[in-house]
Amino acid sequence: MVKIGLEIHCQLTKLESKLFCPCKADYRSFEPNTNICPVCIGLPGSLPRLNQKAIEKGTLISLALNCKIPEKISFFRKNYFYPDLPKNYQITQFDAYGHTSIGNNGKITIEGKEIRITRIQLEEDPGRLIYEGTSEKNKITLVDYNRAGTPLVEVVTEPDFENPKQVRVFMNILVDLLENLGVSEPSLEGAVRADGNVSIEGGNKVEIKNVGSFHDLEKAVHFEITRQQSLVERGIPIELETRQWDDRRKITVSARSKEEEQDYRYFLEGDIPWILLDPKYVDQFKQNMPESIASKRDRYIEQFKIPAQVADVLSSDKFYSDLFELAHNEKNAKEVANIITTDLMGFVDTKEKRQQSKLTSKHLSDLANAIINNTITRNSSKSALQEIVKTGKSLNEIITELDLGHVSDEFELSAVIEKVINEESIAVKEIKEKPETVNFLVGKVMKKTKGKADPSLTLELLKKKLKIY
Amino acid sequence: MNLEISALKYLDEIKNENFTVEEFISKTIEHIKKIDGNLHAFLSINEKAIQQAKEIDRKIKSKEKIGKCMGMPLSIKDNICVKDTKTTCASKMLEDFISPYDATVIKNLKSEDAIIIGKTNLDEFAMGLTTEFSAFGPSKNPWNTDYVPGGSSGGSAVSVSALECIASLGSDTGGSVRNPASFCSTVGFKPTYGLISRYGLISYSNSIEQIGPLTRTVEDTAFLLNIIAGQDPMDNTTIDNKGENYLKNLDAGIDGKKIGVISEMTKNVDKEVSSATKNAIVQFEKLGAKIEEISLDMIDYSVASYYTITATEAGSNLARYDNLRYGYDFDLEGYEFNSYISKARKNFGPEVTRRMILGGFVPSAGHAGKYFLKALKVKNKLTAEINEAFTKVDLLISPTVPILPFKFGEKIDDPVALFLIDFNTVTANLTGKPAISVPFEISNGLPIGIQIHANTLQDKLVLQAAHALEKTTNLPGVSI
Ligand SMILES: [Zn+2]
Repeated sequence: MVKIGLEIHCQLTKLESKLFCPCKADYRSFEPNTNICPVCIGLPGSLPRLNQKAIEKGTLISLALNCKIPEKISFFRKNYFYPDLPKNYQITQFDAYGHTSIGNNGKITIEGKEIRITRIQLEEDPGRLIYEGTSEKNKITLVDYNRAGTPLVEVVTEPDFENPKQVRVFMNILVDLLENLGVSEPSLEGAVRADGNVSIEGGNKVEIKNVGSFHDLEKAVHFEITRQQSLVERGIPIELETRQWDDRRKITVSARSKEEEQDYRYFLEGDIPWILLDPKYVDQFKQNMPESIASKRDRYIEQFKIPAQVADVLSSDKFYSDLFELAHNEKNAKEVANIITTDLMGFVDTKEKRQQSKLTSKHLSDLANAIINNTITRNSSKSALQEIVKTGKSLNEIITELDLGHVSDEFELSAVIEKVINEESIAVKEIKEKPETVNFLVGKVMKKTKGKADPSLTLELLKKKLKIY
Repeated sequence: MNLEISALKYLDEIKNENFTVEEFISKTIEHIKKIDGNLHAFLSINEKAIQQAKEIDRKIKSKEKIGKCMGMPLSIKDNICVKDTKTTCASKMLEDFISPYDATVIKNLKSEDAIIIGKTNLDEFAMGLTTEFSAFGPSKNPWNTDYVPGGSSGGSAVSVSALECIASLGSDTGGSVRNPASFCSTVGFKPTYGLISRYGLISYSNSIEQIGPLTRTVEDTAFLLNIIAGQDPMDNTTIDNKGENYLKNLDAGIDGKKIGVISEMTKNVDKEVSSATKNAIVQFEKLGAKIEEISLDMIDYSVASYYTITATEAGSNLARYDNLRYGYDFDLEGYEFNSYISKARKNFGPEVTRRMILGGFVPSAGHAGKYFLKALKVKNKLTAEINEAFTKVDLLISPTVPILPFKFGEKIDDPVALFLIDFNTVTANLTGKPAISVPFEISNGLPIGIQIHANTLQDKLVLQAAHALEKTTNLPGVSI
C-alpha cells in the first residue's frame, strides 16, 4: 500500500504587509534588500508585531478545510542556522504541546476519498539565496531578505493519498480554494510550494523536499513510488531519508543532509502574546465565508441549468465566477456562462491578459442580452468580445464601429439569397436529391453578410425560395 | 552648581534659571572626564551633548515648547538602541554595531528633551552580576573601587551614584537593575512585565526582562515612568497602564497596608544585611504597616528555573549574531557556511558562551522534559504562589541582595556562587511582578538595599511604599 502525505506552503499574497512588520508582502517587484526594516532583517532589539489580518486569513483557510480552531493560539520559535534566516530562528506554530496552531483536524474530500488535514499553521517565509558562479572555486551565495517575513500558511495532511493522481487532484482543489478565498494568488512564482512524504509497504518514510512548483509534485511522487518499488523488488531496504527534487532531471536525489538529526529546540515565542480566538469571532467568519467552489458549482447547475462541465470551469476559477456572479440574471445566466467558457477563456488565459483586460461584468451581460434578443449573432459576438477585452468600449459602440449589427431584415436578406442562388447553380440543382445541401447555402449567405445574417431566418427564406419543405 | 541633584530638583533649578542646560551638561562631561577613567561607567559618550544643550537653552530662552526633561543628562545601558550610536552590549560581537533606530524609550525621552549623555557598561549581553563579564573591562563601585558595582546594569548604577548623570535606564532580567542599585546605593526599579516597551532593548531573555530606571530618588523613578511607561504598538507584549500618573499621590504612605516578609529571602543572608532588613521592618511598622511572614515554597527552585529559561531564550535570542548583516570586522569570503558560523561566533565572551551551551542543551529534544519544561512549571507554580500571597498582603519585602558588595575576582570563577546572588531578585522576573530596590543603609562603607514587590500593575503601590521607606533614611552620597 502506498501512503503519501503532503506539506504545502502557501504565501498569503493578498495581504498588504509581512507577518511581523509593515514591509510589503508582495516583495517580487523590489530590488534586492530594499523591502526590509529592522524587524524583518532581525536587527538587535527589534521585535515582531503580529499582522492581525494574517490571523483572519488563517482562520478563513482553516474553516474552508473544515478544521477545528482552538480558542487560543500561540507562536513558537524554530531554531536553526541558515543564511536566509535573519534571526536564525523562524517564527512559526507548533502543535506538540497541545493544539495551538490556527487550525487542526480538518478534512477535505476529493473524488470520494477523504483526506485528513493534520494542522494548519502560520509562519514567516525566510529570505532567498541566490547562487552565482559555476565552479566550486568561484561559487558565491547572495542573500536577498526582501522575502523574509512574508506570511505563509502551511497545510499539513495525514498520509492519506494512495497515488500521484490524488495528489494532483488535491493540489488543484487546494489551489482553487485558496484563490477563491481571496487569500493568495497561487499562479505567482513561488507562491505555492509543496513537500511530500512517500512510503510503500514494508519501507521507511521518505521525504521529498524542494519541489518548486506544485505541478511537479505529482511527478516527484510518481518517481519516488517507482524508485521505492524497484528497490523492494531487488530486496534493497528503503532508508528513512530526505530527498531533494531535481527540477532539471525530474528525479529525486538523496539530500545527504543532517535533516533528520536536526533539533529545532521549539519553544514559545514570548514576544507575541497568546491570541484569543473567541468562538463568536470565528462564527462571524463562518457566516461571512466566501461561498465554496462545490457549493457554487451545485448552485449553478441547479439554479440556472448550466451543464456540469461548464459549471465546473466557472466555479473553480475565481476570476470567471466573480464575472459571472456580477453579469448574470435569471434570464441570461446560461448565455453568460456560455460566453465565458467558450470565448472569453481564449482571450484571458494568462495573468497578464487578465490584468490588461478592459472587460466588465456589464459588458458581459450586455453581450448575452444582445445574443438573446437577436441583435447580434453568436458568430459576431466573438469578435465583439475580443474588441471589448482590448478597448473596453461599450457594446453598442463596437457593433457600430465593426458593423456587427444583425441582418434580420427580410428584404435585405432576400437580395443576398438571390445572389447566392445564382452563383451556386450546381448546388441548387443537387438540392432535390440531397436536401442537406441547404446548409451549404446558408454558410454562403453567412459569409456574404460577414456572419451577421440571422441563421434561422436565412434557412427559412432559402427553403421558401427553393420550395423544399 | 552641584551635580548631586535629583531630577525634580534639576527641573526647578533650570526653571528658576539658576544655571543653564549647557552649564550643567558641560560640568557633567568635565566630571565624567575626570573620574570615569577610573570608574569606567561609560562605554561611549555623546559627542553632541553640548550642542544639544545649547539648542534646548535656546528653546527655553525663546519660550518655545519644551519637553518635560529640559535637557537633563541621562545615561543609557549599552544594550538599548540609540540611533546613530554604537550599541555594543559590551560584546566584541557587536563592537562596530551602530543602531539605525531609537528604542521606544529613547524616542520618548528625546521627545521630552532629555540628553543622552552616554552609553553605560554592562556584563556582556546583560549576563552577569558584577560587570566583570564586560568585554571592555569592569566598572568599579564608587563607594569602594576594590568592590564590584553589581550588575548587569553596573555602569548605569555607577553613573548615577558617582554623579555622572541625573538618572539612567538599565534592563532587569533577573535583578540586573536592582542588584547594582543596591550595591551602589541608588533606587532601581523593575516594573510589571509589559509596562515599559522593550522595542530597542537587545533581548537576552525576552519573556521576563524589562527596562527599568536607576535614580537618586523614588520620585525620580516615578517621573521617568510617566515618560516611558505604557502601551507601545512596536512591542506586542506591552500592557495598557491607563495613562497612570506615577507622581500623583506618591506620598500616600502605607498606613494600614499589609506587608509580607518573604522568609526564604531572609534566611541565608549576611548578618549586616539581616540587621538592615530588621531595621526596615521596624520602620515599616512605624509607618503603620502590618507585618507578617510569608513563605513561598517554590522560591527554592527559582534560581534553577531562572537559569534554565534564560539560557534557552538567550540561545535563541543571540543566534542572530552571525555577522552577516552587522557586527564586527570580519572577512567572510571563502568560508563554507557552517565553518563560517562557528568561526564568526567565536567572539562571544566566556559567560555568554557558557550560557549558550546550556541554552543549546536544556531545551533540546530528549532533555527538554527534564529541564526546560520543568523550569516553566516552576515559573507557573511560583506565579500561582505569589498571586495567592497577594490575596493576603499588599506588599512583599526582602533584602535586594543576600550579601554585601564583594571584591573583584572574589566570585567570578565560581558560577554557582554568583548564581545564588540572584536568589532574591529572580522571583519578580519569573512572576512578572513589579519590584524596587531602595537604598536603606551603608554598612562599613558598603550600601544595602531593601526590595519591595507588589502585584501585577501595582507599580504605583511599590513606589508609594518605597517613597515612604526612603523618607525614613538619611543616607550620605558617595564621596568622590
Ligand atoms: Zn520589515
